[in-house]
Amino acid sequence: MPRISFDQVAKSYGSVEVLPPFDLTLEDGEFTVLVGPSGCGKSTTLRMLAGLETLSGGEIYFDDKPISKLEPKDRDLAMVFQDYALYPHMSIAKNMSFALRLARVSKSEIEEKVKRVAAMLNISPLLDRKPAELSGGQRQRVAMGRALVRDAGTFLFDEPLSNLDAKLRGKMRAELAEMRDTIDKNMVYVTHDQVEAMTLGDRIVVMSDGLIQQQGTPEELFKAPVNTFVAGFIGSPTMNFIDGELVDEKGTSWVRGDGFMLPLPVEMGQRLGSLAERRVTLGLRPSSFTMDLTTGAPIELNVVVSEYLGAQSVLVTRCGGTEVLVETQSAAPIKAGQMQSFGVLIDEIMLFDKTSGLRL
Amino acid sequence: MQTANVNRLTPYMFMAPAVIVMAVALLYPIGYMIYASFLDWNPSQRIGEAEFVGLRNYINLLGDASFRESFWVTLKFAAVVVTLEMCLGVGLALLLDRNIRGMSLLRTLFILPMMIAPIVVGLMWRYMYHPTVGIFNQTLKGLGFEPIPWLSDGDWAFASVVIADVWQWTPFIFILSLAALQSLPRSAMEAARIDGATGWQQIIYIKLPLMMPVLIVTALLRLIDAFKVLEVILVLTNGGPGLSTEILSLRISRTASEFRELGEAAAMSNYLLILLLILTFGMFLYNKAIEARAARLRRAAQEET
Ligand SMILES: Nc1ncnc2c1ncn2[C@@H]1O[C@H](COP(=O)(O)OP(=O)(O)OP(=O)(O)O)[C@@H](O)[C@H]1O
Ligand SMILES: [Mg+2]
Repeated sequence: MPRISFDQVAKSYGSVEVLPPFDLTLEDGEFTVLVGPSGCGKSTTLRMLAGLETLSGGEIYFDDKPISKLEPKDRDLAMVFQDYALYPHMSIAKNMSFALRLARVSKSEIEEKVKRVAAMLNISPLLDRKPAELSGGQRQRVAMGRALVRDAGTFLFDEPLSNLDAKLRGKMRAELAEMRDTIDKNMVYVTHDQVEAMTLGDRIVVMSDGLIQQQGTPEELFKAPVNTFVAGFIGSPTMNFIDGELVDEKGTSWVRGDGFMLPLPVEMGQRLGSLAERRVTLGLRPSSFTMDLTTGAPIELNVVVSEYLGAQSVLVTRCGGTEVLVETQSAAPIKAGQMQSFGVLIDEIMLFDKTSGLRL
Repeated sequence: MQTANVNRLTPYMFMAPAVIVMAVALLYPIGYMIYASFLDWNPSQRIGEAEFVGLRNYINLLGDASFRESFWVTLKFAAVVVTLEMCLGVGLALLLDRNIRGMSLLRTLFILPMMIAPIVVGLMWRYMYHPTVGIFNQTLKGLGFEPIPWLSDGDWAFASVVIADVWQWTPFIFILSLAALQSLPRSAMEAARIDGATGWQQIIYIKLPLMMPVLIVTALLRLIDAFKVLEVILVLTNGGPGLSTEILSLRISRTASEFRELGEAAAMSNYLLILLLILTFGMFLYNKAIEARAARLRRAAQEET
């Protein structure tokens, strides 16, 4: 399975530059997830890799071999399309086996593979139907099956689970995770869903407006996002951003804003000591709050709504003029409509530059 | 109750004028023709003076060797031109279904022959087929080959009218297939490319099957038209030499004007009409089958949800 590298690859449609030149390397056998908001160029990147879109600049290499002139069929890949792209005139079984039939795989082997994958995807009873006779989620699973029966070196998935219900999606995610661990293939996976990104990715590439914002392991992105965009995109519920400024008082560094004043961890305070008076954006994950006031720095929040999610609740609160989400254990119920004290785990505080959005 | 009835009738009342016009304009001539086919009718007589002979015209025709020959020429002509035109038209569409600069101009050029009046097409080709000054024989002569008796030999004459018809009507198939091709789901084609299909395999396994409904209707339309072709052949060969290119519509017009047998001409037209009705009915059945299938699919999809 090749190591895939994008070298200054760019894409424009006419005069519209969709993807400015970028570099990206996908290691051999890695499960790479591309995430980003709608329209940021994830599908375009995938389709260029597949050979369905021409490059406007740069080159893609499989190991050291340039491939931009190769037809899709010569790139040894299987793909799940965002819009399924099933063959309308073929039955589901025929859809799934098309590539194998073209490759002259033996009948018995085809049957065996189709059966196995269909069972995994819960579509065995549908094999004789035509795509028009299926629901959206069923079609999506067929699209997935069509890729999974193949023995390609690289698998490309373009939002393959977007139309499934929560339970099925969980099951599919587990199947994919198992595949990732058991077979040694390159997988490139596009999704909106950051849970999928976090659970599946060996490496996550966060994109926005055609630019790669950051790439790294799920943990790196969660713990050390480079800017507010990545910090806000990774993690659920999303990170709270509150305006504030740095101040030096009583020998420590603080971040102060409308309705709060939190001490910085010693290491961060030393690093940022020289930046006093600087306007910053404070990033606080909803999970960084605790009810135990002894372990965190105190903050007073006005609880507006409490959203019960089972074991956890998410509180929608206000800190000055800013909305702040707080994750708590449902065991300690909190009434809406009153001021409440929380502790902030100051080691999890993140500070971002107010104007550039970069993490300090 | 009363108003419900009126409401139900309203659409028919709005349709009534159109239906009446259609009935008069369409059914009256057909009825007239059917009636005439039972008469021994000379153009110098008024229709009331003609003698009623029952089915004699029809029976006579069945025993008439030149009518049977004519019928056979018509069938052969229609089958050959439609087959050739389908192959060429679909082939061209597959070839030109791409975005290259100048392609739209080329496409426009391709459909020009269809827009020329058939009489003009006939005259044009007759000139080109001319044994001594025609472009074909001139070229052959220039290259050192024997001239070809385009219109004076039976087999060549048949080939010549076929060529002219193919020239004029291939564009019709071409534009319809091109439209069908361009409305095919792009993504299915992309999936086929990923699945490893070569250009030919994409055509055979994806494009042609998906175009098939349009192709069948196109072929039927062309077939119906080919049975009625008249002007080009009239101008090119006038049915000759012998009966080699005397298609039915030509024979009908000659029976009426030269042999002055209006009744027999009408009977002949009815035979042609029956043939066309069978074809049209076939097309209708095909459409019905397609609709029934679509309805079944919708039902199945609904049961699902
Ligand atoms: N054929 C095209 N012509 C012009 N612009 C295009 C074309 N295809 C895509 N774009 C533009 O390129 C950008 C990236 O599109 P792309 O499909 O890669 O987005 P995406 O990240 O996959 O979004 P989504 O998550 O909604 O699928 C979009 O702004 C889109 O409008
Ligand atoms: Mg997309």
